Formats: sequence, structure tokens, C-alpha cells
Amino acid sequence: MAWANNVLRVNLTKGTCISEPLNMEWAEAYMGERGLGTKYLWENMDPQADPLGPDNVLIFATGPLTGTMAPTSGRYAVLCKGPLTGAIACSNSGGKFGAELKFAGYDLVLIEGRSESPVYLNIVDDKVELLAATDIWGTTVWHTEAWIKKTHNDPLIRVASCGEAGENLCRYACIVNDLHRAAGRSGVGAVMGSKNLKAISVRGTKGVTATHPEKFMDVVHECHRVLAESEGRKALTELGTNDMIDMMQEFGGLPTRNFDDVQFAGTDKINPSAMFEVKANGHRNMVTNKACFGCTIACGRIAHIDENHFSIVNKPEYRMASGGLEYETAYAFGPLLGVDDIDALTYAGYMTNEHGYDPISFGGTLAAAMELYEMGVITDADTDGVALNFGSAEALTIMSEKTGKGEGFGKILAMGSRLMCEKYGHPEIAMHVKGQEFAGYDSRVLQGMGLGYATSNRGACHLKHAVFDEDMEDISGNGKAEPCKTSQDHVAAMDSTGLCLFVEGAGMNIGHFVDLLSADLPTSWSQERMMETGERVWNLERRFNLAAGLTAADDTLPKRLLEVPAPSGSGKGKVSELAQMLPEYYKARGWTEDGRLTNELIERLGL
Amino acid sequence: MHKSLIIDAGKCTSCLQCEMACSYEHTGAFNPSRSRIKIIEVGHGERSIPYTCTQCADAWCQKACPTGAITVNLATGAKVVNNSTCVGCKVCTIACPFGTINFDQISGKVVKCNLCDGDPACAKVCPTDAITYGDANWTGMDKLRASAIKTDSGNQATA
Repeated sequence: MAWANNVLRVNLTKGTCISEPLNMEWAEAYMGERGLGTKYLWENMDPQADPLGPDNVLIFATGPLTGTMAPTSGRYAVLCKGPLTGAIACSNSGGKFGAELKFAGYDLVLIEGRSESPVYLNIVDDKVELLAATDIWGTTVWHTEAWIKKTHNDPLIRVASCGEAGENLCRYACIVNDLHRAAGRSGVGAVMGSKNLKAISVRGTKGVTATHPEKFMDVVHECHRVLAESEGRKALTELGTNDMIDMMQEFGGLPTRNFDDVQFAGTDKINPSAMFEVKANGHRNMVTNKACFGCTIACGRIAHIDENHFSIVNKPEYRMASGGLEYETAYAFGPLLGVDDIDALTYAGYMTNEHGYDPISFGGTLAAAMELYEMGVITDADTDGVALNFGSAEALTIMSEKTGKGEGFGKILAMGSRLMCEKYGHPEIAMHVKGQEFAGYDSRVLQGMGLGYATSNRGACHLKHAVFDEDMEDISGNGKAEPCKTSQDHVAAMDSTGLCLFVEGAGMNIGHFVDLLSADLPTSWSQERMMETGERVWNLERRFNLAAGLTAADDTLPKRLLEVPAPSGSGKGKVSELAQMLPEYYKARGWTEDGRLTNELIERLGL
Repeated sequence: MHKSLIIDAGKCTSCLQCEMACSYEHTGAFNPSRSRIKIIEVGHGERSIPYTCTQCADAWCQKACPTGAITVNLATGAKVVNNSTCVGCKVCTIACPFGTINFDQISGKVVKCNLCDGDPACAKVCPTDAITYGDANWTGMDKLRASAIKTDSGNQATA
């Protein structure tokens, strides 16, 4: 079967690495990756623990399809209590690391405690060691990966590490694997840094076998066929996720200059057409597209910066190609900051990968800082002499480097928008839910998205629900609660498989997942079982948050979205209708009016 | 007529479906570490190069093998390792200039691409046609065609 039946428990305080059998009862109830990781987190830590203290638990979880030949099977999730939010953090990533972990024979790695000195966890099949990371502490993600491969003389090692941002406890530091894929959100990298764990390096030679191999291969081939023929897949392959920027611009859902507007005049300079445009000097931003493990879509962009651009003119080391603009990065560095310089955006994207922090939260925090600067609340004296005006590509590139390295005003930006704006006495400027900044969809026009943001268990997030079609069809909040709840459960189930959410927009549907899981695992799956599993996962996440001290008061949106009408676009004049949607949503969830789980629900879902 | 694997690195996205298909075909598990075709990533992914045995006509591995364990499959032209005679001495891995024949610690034998007896699993699953299986005499046909079309003047030569 596709489970390795093996969990690696690492205690950094004691310096121990011990294998234990996978709890199959939990795997049956919570599937894998996000769901199973949530269950292990719930059972292994006190939700009230300090997120940056030794009692936080950091979990790397694969799914039952991770490492198989199913398309997009490279995914793993990182779970812990998030330092950005104080809520459960669950960030998943692609690349090749997750599959390698499974090939080494581990379904899940659970990290407890805190090491006295910096270490990295080196896994070669059954051989697991904590090794001194003294030589790589204080260095970048890119350096760390190269150093580990060179030190072990093995280019096939896969590495996940935290950069200096994680070491410096940047509240939105991420864990980066394979140079530019990241478990990006909620500050999971800061938790890694707080534990003095620099990296996990893995080589696996054991492989993965489905329970019913021939049946599994039949489904795999069918999935390949569906993806190959799908128009959605073709668009993702050719244009990448940044195709969304034109759609959001036209619709008027593109948060601009810290949500002052919902449309941005400069999108044609940073959209996919701009990425493909050959400039007069022969430079083209886009180099090629690139896939994660097992992915036949390949939405990833490899891009490079014009060598004459001010950001790298004296930095030849950045003349190489690396991870390019995805939609969320393009939005958070572009419209949200009012910047339309594609090379500056690409450079800042390099910084986030190299130093290991989340571009969405960084963009959201810098946008808030720019607003504070233009209000006169902060001045050049605070910002190391850098003029933080909206639209400044220089401000973006300088601050992206400072934040990554933890220098000067970058240390303030590393706090995230909520803490930073509280520090300067203007909490209303911070655009966040539960401390986490928004993705590139405005809640005043995309109402279901707003409800999803407000109720997402990890704070503002666009990836925990999918009511996009409903929102595009109807810009009111009417009837959004039920579909939002259903899609949250649906996504929670997808996130627990080990595959990428994007396969759905690229042609696959829940039926393919059911068939893959039933051929992969010892017990059979159905759509009903998947949806119930998703609901179980969602409610356990909620239970974690309630136990951590969050309440219904945290299921909200910033005043700017609730009270200040959208100035343009399809939703011109509208505000979020959260006040109407939220009680309907609690009812759809079967929660109490103050957003708590009932005993009946806990019993029904077997929590 | 023999066929060859025809590789166009410019189309490869590094998805590793080929490595999984190869390992599944030969070991029954999804296990890229035992794949006989490898994707070599350059830099941060600017280039991904599928690489495996080209089935040399005059093969270094075959000549170096002291036990005669490497023979030709006449139907496919593939140089094939016969496990009953291979002693795992690895001399062939030294002789091969391309690194495409390697020792497998699990079987104790060397392994290399055998063209899956004429139906290569890697080519079947490659989603971008970076790996195809075609006429061994015309592995350059795609490039030849592209070049011909590009350089065509549009005028017909006259005597």
C-alpha cells in the first residue's frame, strides 16, 4: 500500500529520532497530509503553547498519493501553531521534497522541542541523524541547499530549509524546498527557526507501491488524458497562475494600494503578456515553465531579470534564471503596492525564495507601511531613509532584501501588518484576518471569497475554499454560506490526498480522486467519504483554534472591506456582506451562534 | 527498422513522470532512485534534460564486460544486461562515457535502459513529447523539419 506505515518523531531537546508505526485509525479518518497532520498536531501539543517556544510541534505530512504516479503527487503539508496568527498553520508545498520523504519511508515527520544549537535533520532511508548546522546557520535557502548537497556529495538529495527570515523569526517566514517551492504561509519557517532546525535533507530509495497497482495505473492514465485535453490545463501550462491578474483587473477584484482601489492601471506591464514580451534589448522575463513532482501541468515559471535593471546592475549573482512570478506574488508586489516594474517584482520574488518568507504577507505588510508613510505616521527616519511611496519599485526591492536579511526597517516589516500597525498606533491600516494578510481577491466584490477569508482556519487565505464561480456569477452575498462551507470541506479533503488543488481547474474532478484513493489504499473511498473527511478536518482545525483562544470575534474582515465601498469595477459601491453571511455560515456548519462546535457535531464526526 | 528514444530537452518540464514510469516498469514500484532515465536539472530549473542510454552501435559497455553479459536485442537494437551472467563488477560503468549504465545495489547487477523491449514506458507517459520513440535513422527529423521550414526562401529553384 501507498503508506510507508512509518512516522518519524524527532525530539530536538533530547536529540532523539525515533520511528513509530503510523496510526492507521487516524489515517482512515483523516486521510493524510493536511487532515492527518492536523490530527497528529491536535494529539501532540497544547493549542495554547507559544508558537515560537519549544512546545510548538512542527509536522511535515505527506498524503496517501504523495510519491505515486498520480499527477501532481509531490505535495506535502507543514503544520504547527502559526506565529503570524496564533491559529493552526497548515501550508503545503510542491517541488520534489515531499515525494522524496515518502521514498525514504516516512509518511510524516513530527518535530518536538528545541535544539540547543543549530542542526539539520539528514534522512537517508532508515539512517536518520541530527547534524550540526553551524556552517549554514545565518545563510540563505539557496546556499543551504547547495552546501548540503556538496557536503554529502549527493546532488539527488532534496532539501527543505528556512532562510535567515526563519532564523530571525520573521512572523511570515516560510519553509522553502527545491530552491523556489514553499510551504509559504502563516510563518511555519519561523517555527523551524525557533527550534534551531535549519533544514531537513532527504534521500529515499524505497519507492511507493499502490495497493492495487494495475487498477491504479489505469486511473493514472485516465487522469493524464483528462489533463492533456483540458483547456484549463492548457491555460495554466502556457500562461501560469498570473493569468488571473487580467481577470481580476477586468472584474474589479484586484486589491490595489492597500485596498484603496480594486483595479490597477499597470497590470499590462506585469501580466503574462508582459512576461513573454521580448524587449528592444532582446530580454524576455519568461525563460521556461517548470513542473513540480509528477505534475503534467507545469504552471511554475522560471524567469530572469533584465541585467540592466537597477535591482541587479551591481549584483551579477542574480543574472541567473530562477522562480518567476506566480499570481499571488505579482499581485502582492504589483497592484497592492502600486508597482508596475516587472523586473522589480521578479527580483523581490527572488528575495522571498532565497531568504525564505511569504510574498503575500510581505506585500500586505509593505503596503500597510506605505500607507503609514504617506499618512506621515512613519518617516524616512523610521525607514532607513527609503521613501516608502506607493508605486516605488526601489522601495520594493530594497525592503524585500532588508526583510529577508532582517536588517533595519526590514525587522519591523518582519512583524507582519497587524503587529506593525499596532506598534504605530493604527491597527485599522492592517489588512488581515487573524493576523494573516490577504491574497489577491477583494472581498467587496467577491463575497464568498470574503466569507472564506473570514472563516479560514489559518487566517486570510484564498486556498481553503473555492466559490470563485459563484462569486463571478453573483456579486451579492446571497446564498454564499452553504457553497462556502461545502467547498471548504471539499478542499480540505483534496489537501489531504497529496495532490495539488490545481488539478481540478485543469480537468480532474472528485471522481478521479475517489478512484485514485480506492486503488491506492486498502479501503475503498467514495465522494461521500471524502466530503465527510473534509468536514472532519475542518472542524478539528476549528477546534484547535478555539482551544488556542480564538473566538467568533476573529471571524471578521477589516473595516475597510466592511465599511468603505469598492471605488470601481463590477462591485462599485459595494462592501462585504459578511454580517449577513456569517450567521448563515455558522448555521450551515452546525455550530452555535457564537461559532463553537456542538457536542452533537463532535460526536457525529468522531472528533 | 529500429527505433530510438528521441529526446528534446527544450520540452522537458522536469515532472519526473518518466522516472516513475521507468521504475514501475522495471521494479513494480514508483521509485525514481531506480529509474534508468534521469532528468538532469540545470541551475534553478532553467533547463531540464532527460538523459539515458542511446544504445551505441559499437557499445563501450558491451566491449568492456568481462563475462559477455551485455548482448544486443536484435528486435529493438537495445543493449541488454543479462542478469544470469552479470557479476556486478561495474567495469561497464567505468567504460561508458555517458554514465547511463549503473550499478543497482538491490539486485547486485548493473542496470540500463533496455527500451522496454520496444515499448518504452517513459516515452508513453511524457506529457510534453520531450521523450518520444521514433525511427533510429531519423532522430534529428524534428529539428531537420523545423530548420527546413525556417530557412525556406519561398522560391522554387529553377534550372
